[in-house]
Amino acid sequence: MAKYLMLKHYRGAPAAPNDVPMDQWTPDELAAHLKYMDDFAERLEQTGEFVSGQALSPQGTWVRAGGEGEPPVVDGPFAETKDLIAGWMIIDVESYDRAVELAGELSDAPGAGGKPIREWLELRPFLDDSADLTE
Amino acid sequence: MNETQLRDLVPAVIGVLVRRGAAFASAEDAVQEALLKALESWPGDPPRDPMGWLVTVAWRKFLDARRAESSRTAREFAVDSAAVTGPAYGMDDSLWLYFLCAHPSLSPGSAVALTLRAVGGLTTRQIARAHLVPEATMAQRISRAKRTVADVPLDRPGSLETVLRVLYLVFNEGYGGDVELAVEAIRLTRQLASLSDDPEVAGLLALMLLHHSRRASRTDASGRLVPLAEQDRARWDTALIAEGVGVLQAALARDRLGQYQAQAAIAALHADAASAAETDWVQIVEWYDELLAIADSPVVRLNRAVALGEAEGPLVGLAELDRLDARLPRHTAARAHLVEAAGDLASAARWYAEAADLATSVPERDHLIRQAARLRQESAGRANRQQE
Repeated sequence: MAKYLMLKHYRGAPAAPNDVPMDQWTPDELAAHLKYMDDFAERLEQTGEFVSGQALSPQGTWVRAGGEGEPPVVDGPFAETKDLIAGWMIIDVESYDRAVELAGELSDAPGAGGKPIREWLELRPFLDDSADLTE
Repeated sequence: MNETQLRDLVPAVIGVLVRRGAAFASAEDAVQEALLKALESWPGDPPRDPMGWLVTVAWRKFLDARRAESSRTAREFAVDSAAVTGPAYGMDDSLWLYFLCAHPSLSPGSAVALTLRAVGGLTTRQIARAHLVPEATMAQRISRAKRTVADVPLDRPGSLETVLRVLYLVFNEGYGGDVELAVEAIRLTRQLASLSDDPEVAGLLALMLLHHSRRASRTDASGRLVPLAEQDRARWDTALIAEGVGVLQAALARDRLGQYQAQAAIAALHADAASAAETDWVQIVEWYDELLAIADSPVVRLNRAVALGEAEGPLVGLAELDRLDARLPRHTAARAHLVEAAGDLASAARWYAEAADLATSVPERDHLIRQAARLRQESAGRANRQQE
């Protein structure tokens, strides 16, 4: 089993085929979208492939050290970032292929007009902390 | 005796150990060990005197720890078992513990954790789960909190006000691990109310009961947030409402108004309305004025502006809102609500979308996005009808 991080982006990812901001969907479209996401997570819990998931606020701030004796430098709250992460889901799956399959499925969540969003999701494998003891 | 009743004994047991000369931190550790042992052995072999049993076992654990320590340091065994005197478990000890756990030297988060452990008798694991952090992280927070209060003299406790704020924080952190913090906060506040004679303790208890009574109706079957006006009032817990109102009335009768009693009075007026439309907004605004006179805060002013919008019309509410700092939490959401009530659906949709970006929880974000979507649909429909 290997862990993968699936990242959803507010912006920064290439534009999705069905790229309409959420607040311009109809309430029914929203409900269908949220249900799809919930069902997806629940199904992965059943298959034992779900690890965790969390939504992130768009209110990101960039911070860096200001140098000796100086306070940290803060850029934001509206940093001119090219990329903004909306949330993540961590899955624990048998293979890379399965991870790609699941990310594809999540990307297919219904959006405006009830049609799939086909948004781009970022898939990142975890680096493992443990030494490999298998011979 | 169930686990909750068992936990009720914790503050008194710690108090006894401390009065016998144990330091707070070691007493607390010893009582935790005794609790674990009780949970293990009581189901099969319940003691006749649970309090006595806990004191005896905890004291033994404390002595063991001292012995281990003193043999390590090769020092004389300082605490003499013979010095132990009669039981005399007093209420004052428990009350003192409440004050200690809410000591002003602790950060609010540490005070909450320490209160849950020393007064609530929860294990570190339970507290960690309720806060969704690893157990080791919570263990560190608690031991840091214990070190902070280690040198606090017993004669200078914190204020009751701080204790109430800590209990209020526990209630607000309504996460659901294996311990429901809102329920735990109500239990502890009940206990505090039995120990102290202050109408504000009763006010806080009433406030918690009244909020808790609406719990089942606050979300729908799919986990969606349901705003107060749309809640199914048949699902409100009438027994809790009746109890909350009773506790509040007894407190108000004593004529020492405080912020918790005022907040509970507002919650009681909501609970009392047969429908959202029948809410007595005029009286709610009056209570907000009382609240402002006692404890002025931007958040109270924001809530008052919304109530004013209901009582005297959205434009009055919006004018009031304009006088407040727009960076306040929920300021944008309140504006969206009042703009909608004023009939400008297209602007309200934009304000709701902006409020959704500022939301601090997923259900709140989803709720606000949904409001924006609903209003865009309605205002589009309205524009179409006008064109025809």
